[in-house]
Amino acid sequence: MTSSLTPPGPAPIDVGRWRAPTLGENLEQSGVSRRDFLAFCGVLAGIFAMGDTALARPASAEPLTAELIADKLSAVTKPNVVWLQLQECTGCMESTLRSGGTTIEEAVLSLLSVNYNELVMAAAGDAANKALDETNKSDHILVVNGSIPRGANGAYCTIGGKSAEQVLRESAEHASAILAVGACAVWGSVQASKPNPTGAVGVDEIITDKPVVNISGCPPIGEVITAAVAYVLTQGELPAVDGEGRPTFAYDQRIHDSCPRRPHYDAGQFVRTFDDEGARMGWCLYDVGCKGPSTFSACPVIQWNLHTSWPIGAGHPCIGCTEKHFFDRFTPFYQTLPNVPGLGVEATAEKVGWGLVGATAAGVGIHAGLTALRRSLARKRTAGEPLEALGEKVWLPDPSVRPADAPADAPADRRPAAGPSQEG
Amino acid sequence: MSTRVVIDPLTRIEGHLRIELETEGGAIRKAWSETTQFRGIETIVQDRDPRDAWAFVQRICGVCTSVHAIASVVAVENAIGANPPRQARLIRDIVLASQEVQDHVIHFYHLHALDWVNVPSAATADPAKAVEFARSIGSTWKGNTIERMTAVRDTVQQILDSGQLSIFTGGYWDHPDYRLPAEANLMAVAHYLDALEFQRSMIRIGTVFGGKNPHPNFLVGGMACTIDLDRSESINQVQLDQIADWVAETRDFVASCYLPDALAIMGVYKDYFDIGAAQPNYLAVGLAGATFGGDPGASRTTSAHTEVKPGVLLDGDLSTVHPFDPTKIAEYIASAWYTYQDGDDAGLAPAQGETTPQYTGPKPPFEWLADADKYTWCKAPRYDGKPVQVGPVARILLAYAQGHQRTCELVDDAAGKLGITVDQLNSTAGRTLARAVEAMISAEALAEVTFPQLVDNLKKGDIDVFDNSRWDPSTWPDKGEGFSFVEVARGNLSHWVTVEDGKVARYQAVVPTTWLAGGRDADGQQGPYEESLAGAGSHPLHDAAQPLEPLRTIHSFDPCMSCAVHVLDVEGAELQVVTS
Ligand code: SF4
Ligand code: SF4
Repeated sequence: MTSSLTPPGPAPIDVGRWRAPTLGENLEQSGVSRRDFLAFCGVLAGIFAMGDTALARPASAEPLTAELIADKLSAVTKPNVVWLQLQECTGCMESTLRSGGTTIEEAVLSLLSVNYNELVMAAAGDAANKALDETNKSDHILVVNGSIPRGANGAYCTIGGKSAEQVLRESAEHASAILAVGACAVWGSVQASKPNPTGAVGVDEIITDKPVVNISGCPPIGEVITAAVAYVLTQGELPAVDGEGRPTFAYDQRIHDSCPRRPHYDAGQFVRTFDDEGARMGWCLYDVGCKGPSTFSACPVIQWNLHTSWPIGAGHPCIGCTEKHFFDRFTPFYQTLPNVPGLGVEATAEKVGWGLVGATAAGVGIHAGLTALRRSLARKRTAGEPLEALGEKVWLPDPSVRPADAPADAPADRRPAAGPSQEG
Repeated sequence: MSTRVVIDPLTRIEGHLRIELETEGGAIRKAWSETTQFRGIETIVQDRDPRDAWAFVQRICGVCTSVHAIASVVAVENAIGANPPRQARLIRDIVLASQEVQDHVIHFYHLHALDWVNVPSAATADPAKAVEFARSIGSTWKGNTIERMTAVRDTVQQILDSGQLSIFTGGYWDHPDYRLPAEANLMAVAHYLDALEFQRSMIRIGTVFGGKNPHPNFLVGGMACTIDLDRSESINQVQLDQIADWVAETRDFVASCYLPDALAIMGVYKDYFDIGAAQPNYLAVGLAGATFGGDPGASRTTSAHTEVKPGVLLDGDLSTVHPFDPTKIAEYIASAWYTYQDGDDAGLAPAQGETTPQYTGPKPPFEWLADADKYTWCKAPRYDGKPVQVGPVARILLAYAQGHQRTCELVDDAAGKLGITVDQLNSTAGRTLARAVEAMISAEALAEVTFPQLVDNLKKGDIDVFDNSRWDPSTWPDKGEGFSFVEVARGNLSHWVTVEDGKVARYQAVVPTTWLAGGRDADGQQGPYEESLAGAGSHPLHDAAQPLEPLRTIHSFDPCMSCAVHVLDVEGAELQVVTS
């Protein structure tokens, strides 16, 4: 479908409008008189009387007059939302349902008017498509789960007979904020992994004329998803993002930076095999393949499912699901991240001590730890193939560098282009 | 004169489903079930480390999250000869059970209830009478208070007053077949919201063991979560106490809220026990959470209900349980956009399956798909040439046929209250009821069997959760084949894997929704969705613009479309991407 409105072109994002208290006040400010507004509502009343179901009311309710509609519309403060699900597994919606911050109840009933979302909406078929088309025509927030398959002319994912790409383009046209939620929407995720049989891509490969906020993760933490929406509503602007388009409020730290197992990493105490003594003691999972050192995510801080646990907390190495193409770059998952220049620990032994209680007291411990670390690395280097991550820009573990040591001129995401490890 | 009706998107399901219908005189005469998404995960998993496979295939579905991962690790363990310790297998059972119950609860309240419950009508209800109504149907749920009902009524009123109906926009609220009294609608909306709250708490059981939900972590050879009562960093008494609470809460919610609600609502729509029957053939390998295949002492997970054996019921005969034979399964592509080397009319066993996508449908955007022979991405599995039903009804009927005591009690009780016969479970209302009955059985098993067993074993000092002996690929056979059948929320799920030279050489999943959502086979037999809508030619559809009745029937199957489409090229040949 094509909208009757003129496309706004590369639209500047103006999400501040939702801070305005109500539509009534907005109209007043823009000089629309109550009389004009009432006339408009009279037309609406006529339409509703013809049986539009969107405002269907119990028979006992008072009849819809222009006055009544005007009063109600004046009070509107909830932004309309289109929440698409394209080529995906619905995990991101499920994660949203689990959010303990802004709960889904608050989100769909009080904060937003989610006029289109396939998983939870009451309407189906034509009625759903109508709700989508109507909302697309006006100012709305667009949330996208899932990737866009470009193979077979779009036949690998169709909705209402349209290709995912067409559905996305139509919904993006008048969207004032676009959130790509989940690894699929951000980078294509699992279905875009080699050999990417359906030609799946992320949202920002299709929508290139507007900023897209990337909430990465497979799925992202529920609280991070709802917080991104709440950020737009309460701050009236898009959140600050890193070089990958991810909001820094949840993605400016590596897992490794705030991991409770970090002291064990620094001390060279590693789980050697699952369920060993070290595992029961909560030692570092680096040796069994943890990707925490290369992964930016708030997992250790926010944790999962009402702070119940998180992957590393439950003994499994981080698989790096907030990172680009992690299914290709971070597999085999159980292989140790490779050694890099800078993990040549000897040269920086004195700097390593920062993570420990005190340099003198810890001296012996450090040495023992470093020796163990070196040994483990030597062993892993020869075992199996190198991770694909080797060839890519990733922030590799380097006990000699703490966040404060990162170069001052680092980009907003604090990820120096060449990786800090070179400097160690 | 027949009218063509399209329902697309069919909402409140997992993934993308399109239904095309031909109706005549207010009834459905013909139906086509059309899966409109394809992802190709089984192809992607090829040539990778089999110990990683769970993470890829888990993403087949984020709703019944965990189940593909568990099916995968079990199949891989079977192929490489790993034997996870019994505590790890119990943990997987506990995860499966809690997942299944929360999945049923979400399905009933959030995906299905709006087919029966009129939301705007709740604004006109008397809260005190809503509480009374809840009591009258035997709901002892703690949320049944006048304060709560009043608050929910006010919320509904506010939404209506705002003119922005959010997710309720465009619902068929003026459809004449919404039958519940306003008080029942209010109670149901209140429980809809309670269930949202509740699912957040219930899934935390899985989070303790897997670290997150959806998509928790699993491990070939056992579990990564250590348990050690004497360690602060392992799962210890603190987490066990929490889990005990959630397990009790789970049982309480099902017993005091979900089961009474399902009984009461289906009671009001009793004619739906005569609507929506699919082919009366049923397949299951046991009750929910059961696994099947080979040596139960070795790589298989355990089951709380070992007394219900794998079996098949055919042609509506509930008195004869036929032994289950996996070699009788074949998949057909007569109506699906794939091609087989031996011709598209052949049926192939999953182990010899081919999946070469070949899209021949119209270029999107399109109006109608069913004019051509091929109209879906979903293959059509058949058992011994017959379409079969899997899922709660199949499991409940199989357990009933085998005289499983608790199943018989609950089914007989429900049938008595509703005045229906057991074979009427093959219906739109029957599937919905069976799901609630099954949730009760699973919640009880979790509380009385699996979780207590885990704790008992701990008392005896059994803390092992990982078999290290097969972790190193050098210990694996050059070539190993493994498979697993697992009964998950939507029905029978199986994964097959071949491991060669330390890599995945072949991977295939046959999932519940494929059994149910598949289209016509080479003999023209319809799939169960199609049969349930068009079988007798009398399924109601009063108003093509408001297809409420077919939504009720399709939702009763709990569709999971991402699961339904699986891709595999067993020959390892390049997957054909259609670009023309
Ligand atoms: S990002 Fe992950 S959870 Fe979200 S849809 Fe994709 S596979 Fe599912
Ligand atoms: S390597 Fe992983 S487990 Fe170890 S400290 Fe870093 S993030 Fe934590």
